[in-house]
Amino acid sequence: MTNAQPLIAVDKLEAWYGSRRILHGVDFHVRAGEIRVIMGGSGSGKSTLLRHLLGLHRPRGGTIKLLGVDIGRAGAAEMLAVRRQIGVSFQGGALLTSLSVGDNVALPLRELTTLDEGTIRIMSRLKLEMVDLGGFQDLMPAQLSGGMIKRAALARAIALDPKLLFFDEPSAGLDPVVSAELDELILRLRDALRMTIVVVTHELESAFKIADTITVLDRGEILMTGTVDEVRGADNARIQDLLNRRAREVVVDADAYLRRLTEDRSRLD
Amino acid sequence: MNENTCVSEVCGDYVLVRLSGEVDLSWSQQVRRAILDALGDGGRVGVDLSQVGYIDSSGIAALVEGLQNARSHNRKFVLVAVSDAAMAVLRLARLDRVFSIFSDLDAARSA
Repeated sequence: MTNAQPLIAVDKLEAWYGSRRILHGVDFHVRAGEIRVIMGGSGSGKSTLLRHLLGLHRPRGGTIKLLGVDIGRAGAAEMLAVRRQIGVSFQGGALLTSLSVGDNVALPLRELTTLDEGTIRIMSRLKLEMVDLGGFQDLMPAQLSGGMIKRAALARAIALDPKLLFFDEPSAGLDPVVSAELDELILRLRDALRMTIVVVTHELESAFKIADTITVLDRGEILMTGTVDEVRGADNARIQDLLNRRAREVVVDADAYLRRLTEDRSRLD
Repeated sequence: MNENTCVSEVCGDYVLVRLSGEVDLSWSQQVRRAILDALGDGGRVGVDLSQVGYIDSSGIAALVEGLQNARSHNRKFVLVAVSDAAMAVLRLARLDRVFSIFSDLDAARSA
């Protein structure tokens, strides 16, 4: 079942925002059918890693291959072919506020396929059924609760039956019951639709429930990638701080700090 | 892995559409056409999913359209020998409670 070649292969990724290095030498490989959770505190670099995986930023160094394509070097047509096989559910939903829920979900099908409108209608409503929003297609995004927005965004993300699904902070801002329901849904989607799923979260409970493997990021470096049990049992102090919600000690590099305060302008190259 | 095929044959009072392989967007329109053609013959239609290793929502949409078409013409439309992979997708959308699903055509006939 699993391909020899990983669906995601990131090697030695370097990312900078101006003069601040955000990711340092990140290696990240995900196999087909896997649910990988990227876990880390605020400022760990997990959102930056996600943005690079989605091709929203070009890597300063290193390579990112999705479905075998080096997205740092891919042309527009090749990138479009990759994007057709990827779904993204953004943290805030990113639904188009001027479109109904049904039209939001149908949008990728209308934009990227030549299917007839009847088939598009059935496919997009099927996705709403899958996320327990059956019959809500005529509502506008402003009429939805936080949990419903997450689920509608997920329905749109899976509209094209993607091979690879990215889910940014599925639990953020949701009550525990709705959050648990979303976790269940992620597991069912993987099992039924054979998706490979990457979830970015800082919610430990959710991460432990859905992950096959977890990558722990801290201050732009990967502390470890392992199974749930391996991460739980890790003797790394920073991982234990994260698991036990202990405040970390901030290391201050005096020279770098002073440079940030006094430098004329940031390097943007 | 099974080759992607869609074959229709007459089995007594049913036209049976046998699907095999991975039913996805690349050829699900062919499946849709075969199902609608089978319904066009005017009799009962069964879709055999025993050899389906994967079916995406465009494939499921073809089955839904078939069911809708059959109902509007008061005809029988059943799924038979549904593979675990296909059943998982039907269950995800709770369509296992919408379609008539049988182990084989004989079971459908005696229902």
